[in-house]
Amino acid sequence: MIQFCDVRKRFGDHVVLDGFTLDIPDGQTTVIIGASGAGKSVALKHIVGLLSPDFGHVIVDGRDVDEMDRVELMDMRSRIGYVFQSAALFDSLTVEENILMGLNRRGLDRATIEERVSWSLDMVELGVSADSMPSELSGGMQKRVGIARAIAVHPEYILYDEPTTGLDPVTAGVMNDLIAHIREEMGTASVVVTHDMRTAFAVADRIAMLHQGRVLQVGTVEEFRKTTDPIVRAFIEGRASGLDLSNIMTQQWQVPS
Amino acid sequence: MDHLLARGNPGLLDWVERVGSSARNAWRALADVPTWAPLVVGQMRRLGVDSIPIALFIALFTGIVLALLSATLFIGAVPPYFVGALVGKTIMMELGPVLTGMALAGRVGANIAAEIGTMRVTEQVDALETLAYDPLSFLVVPRVIAGTLMFPVVTSLAVAGGVVSGWIAAINLLDLTSPEFFKGLRMFYEGRDIWFGLVKSASFGTAITLAGCLMGLKATGGAEGVGSVTMKAVVLGAMSILVLDAFWALVLLK
Repeated sequence: MIQFCDVRKRFGDHVVLDGFTLDIPDGQTTVIIGASGAGKSVALKHIVGLLSPDFGHVIVDGRDVDEMDRVELMDMRSRIGYVFQSAALFDSLTVEENILMGLNRRGLDRATIEERVSWSLDMVELGVSADSMPSELSGGMQKRVGIARAIAVHPEYILYDEPTTGLDPVTAGVMNDLIAHIREEMGTASVVVTHDMRTAFAVADRIAMLHQGRVLQVGTVEEFRKTTDPIVRAFIEGRASGLDLSNIMTQQWQVPS
Repeated sequence: MDHLLARGNPGLLDWVERVGSSARNAWRALADVPTWAPLVVGQMRRLGVDSIPIALFIALFTGIVLALLSATLFIGAVPPYFVGALVGKTIMMELGPVLTGMALAGRVGANIAAEIGTMRVTEQVDALETLAYDPLSFLVVPRVIAGTLMFPVVTSLAVAGGVVSGWIAAINLLDLTSPEFFKGLRMFYEGRDIWFGLVKSASFGTAITLAGCLMGLKATGGAEGVGSVTMKAVVLGAMSILVLDAFWALVLLK
């Protein structure tokens, strides 16, 4: 289980997370929605210790991430698959070598590694592209390789950062089906960060809306469809009215690397 | 102790903490041999072997200019074989290591900073971390070790190239014979000339690759951020060469 407990994070003058509290149960897909710049990706990076909270705690399986030493942090990261918004493939390596990067750290024998590479590429239907370089692939294919790299290590959690951003509707639909299929096949707990409501409704067991640094509403897909909260409704329906636009516009900052 | 430090100078405690943390991280990365060891040979080829042409190019022309310049200075004042002495001594001890270092500060330092900077801004460094790799072990250590080992090799070739070009220039463009040139070359030669240059070039290799790596890891934003850290890496590398050059002269020549 992953828990955010009153997490606060700011970059300079920009308060990004301000009392963010959320439980992510095992075996379910939790989708975090919110406007661009609302802090969804920042929240995700806290889970794997790429960012540390200014205040509050991020707990993974009962351990505070910020209090882990290097060995514990590496061990925790090895149990989590992270799918980046930009895919973040190593552009000097082939597709297969990208997937091997994670597997080579596991002390697995050669046969198991080969079987895992083959299995993960089959899962994302990219078996024929194993020898391709990332630059030879489309954006959608790169994201699928990113997913293959994440699932190859058989993680306990998979974190998806904007998995459908920048994709055409058909490819986005394929990606949604893939996320759902992986969940069914592996039974892994997933956290999906997105502002795409089609994705949220397609893959979520639970949805949490992040607004002004904290969770505005948590519920099932049905509860979100029926919500009467004006801000949530406006976001789901893609209407500007009902949203505090000035606040949203001031959230267009960039996370320091 | 912490309180005393903090009361005296709040920034001091912070600085001490950062230095301690950096030292701990560096030690941890060096100890992670299984991660960096397989990558060293590839980096030695990229940073070292591939740099040989530019180093030789610079050395060849430096040797020619030195021969002609020393002839201008010495002919009529001292015996002509001093041309060989000046070319050999200057290239082995100073110009070979420093000019090679300067050229590699541009080629290697910029290459490393741009590569790692691009990896940083495209989240590839974050991806490494999520795959349980330490970026210091995977990106920094193999490059720094490769640079430290290969810069003396490249410098040795550059020194040899510079001396040979100086000799060829001396016998073809000046009224100097080969025996005269080599007489001068041997006359003032000391064993220290070689290892002095090699020790310097090894330290240049460490400084340039470290500057490139650390600047690259600091990249933020996009292309502009990568460009900025690349420029800083080259400037920092070049400045480090000059400082180290003076340092080694003070330490080893006194």
